[in-house]
Amino acid sequence: MSNRVLIVAEHDGARLNPSTARCVSCAATIDDADITVLVCAADAGAVASQSACLNGVARVLTVENPAYAHPLAAVLAPQIAALAGPYSHVLGPSTTFGKDLMPRVAALLDASQISDIMAVESSARFRRPIFAGNAIVTIEVEGGTKIVGTVRTASFQPAAGSGSAPIEKIEVSAEIPSHTRFVSASAAKSDWPDLQTAARVVSGGRALGSAEAFRKTLYGLADKLGAAVGASRAAVDAGYAPNELQVGQTGKIIAPELYIAIGISGAIQHLTGIKDARAIVAINKDSEAPIFEVADIGLVGDLFQVVPALEAILAG
Amino acid sequence: MRRILVAIKRVVDYNVRIRVKPDGSGVSTEGVKMSVNPFDEIALEEALRIKERDAADEVVVASIGPEDCRQQLRTCLAMGADRAVHVQAEGVIEPLVAARTFLELVKREQPFLVILGKQAIDDDNGQTGQMLAALWQRPQATFASKVELDGGKARVTREVDAGLETLEIDLPAVVTTDLRLNQPRYVKLPDIMKAKKKLLETLPLAALGIEQRQRLKFTRYEPPAQRQKGIRVNDAAELVAALKSKGLLV
Repeated sequence: MSNRVLIVAEHDGARLNPSTARCVSCAATIDDADITVLVCAADAGAVASQSACLNGVARVLTVENPAYAHPLAAVLAPQIAALAGPYSHVLGPSTTFGKDLMPRVAALLDASQISDIMAVESSARFRRPIFAGNAIVTIEVEGGTKIVGTVRTASFQPAAGSGSAPIEKIEVSAEIPSHTRFVSASAAKSDWPDLQTAARVVSGGRALGSAEAFRKTLYGLADKLGAAVGASRAAVDAGYAPNELQVGQTGKIIAPELYIAIGISGAIQHLTGIKDARAIVAINKDSEAPIFEVADIGLVGDLFQVVPALEAILAG
Repeated sequence: MRRILVAIKRVVDYNVRIRVKPDGSGVSTEGVKMSVNPFDEIALEEALRIKERDAADEVVVASIGPEDCRQQLRTCLAMGADRAVHVQAEGVIEPLVAARTFLELVKREQPFLVILGKQAIDDDNGQTGQMLAALWQRPQATFASKVELDGGKARVTREVDAGLETLEIDLPAVVTTDLRLNQPRYVKLPDIMKAKKKLLETLPLAALGIEQRQRLKFTRYEPPAQRQKGIRVNDAAELVAALKSKGLLV
């Protein structure tokens, strides 16, 4: 019997978030998976076409409602639960979108949730990190029960986009609650690549000392490398960088080709956010800093001298 | 009575570096320092501040677990919670069971707000608050970095991947806390003495009519894959050369 997997698409109304393509790759590792992507949107057209391209997707379902203009968990969860009946698995990305939404779906379905799936061992057996990634546990879900999961996106490559799955528009009759209302979102416009998906990331810690130094020191280097900018929790707590730049256990978990940690000591909670990076470079004046234990290339030195020198060389 | 319910969990302290047992049967927690989950401490701090602004009358703190978790409830009482409820249970409490248990407490206590940490730092599940909100059929505002109460409503700023998002929710509701919501207070010695006189009620899980269902089996624990030991370079020029030799720069 095939496993019917429903993936809840993450999007901003116009573009499919790349986390969804990674969920498709995760779902494809479940035996005999039959993959459906669900797009809930005010206007699903563009996002549905992008979803239909992903290799491995058998069909795309769209549900349109003006109430879906913003992804509110309390609004979306009853709709998703209402159509989850025939599926063995319901997956979403382990981004703030999925982390907010999927447990609400799971509770409505009386299903267990596996958070941060990093590997699929069988249709009911998964591996996931616990204790800030200091242990990996294998979990087996009692047979025959529906499984809800969030996918640790750094563990899966995005599915390629050369397919063409059929798109079907459906109606769902679940009631839309009015108790939760969207007010506003900070328009985080950035001239730099998206932290979650960038191939290169330049990241700064408390040693930067001020918001101005953080900006001056890191953004020039990020420009030269075409890199996204990240930050440690200490730098965000100190107000040097906005919250959306935080990398680590409670921030973003990322897997770039190159991660350059500048003035970051490397608390375990930070390291858990970067351990899937292909290469880690550490620049820190404390030669004993834990970041050097995981760095592929370490440079002990004053970041305020090293980074400008690095920038000058890259500028040629 | 305007009441806030805060749910807390006893976890291995933030600073402890845990080890996987050599036989893969679990994680060694014998003799290690245990604490209130840091996100739950933030939840309690927020409840206390709301009470101190005179927007609530009572802060009740609750935890599910063995006898030992009374220590963490005492810490919460010392921080300033008015009373505590210990739901006694041994063994694994899955998030859905925790959510059902807190729902029973919600029915008993009738809070206008339930605040919990966004995740516990031991199992990193991040599910209980959202599940409680779903079962209660009430709003949720997860990953909160700011909570403003306004009559029967709350305006909550949330830390999301794209930046900050603000929601307006009708009360009662569930809020889960992010790191930057507040800085929890330190407990002072006289408060620890005072806390000993506060009510700490114990209820067996079964008395709430909750079945401790376990649907997940933890079959194996492993340490994470270790990264290869790297190289050291002396200056920016050597760093660029090393990056090029590894194909990370062209």
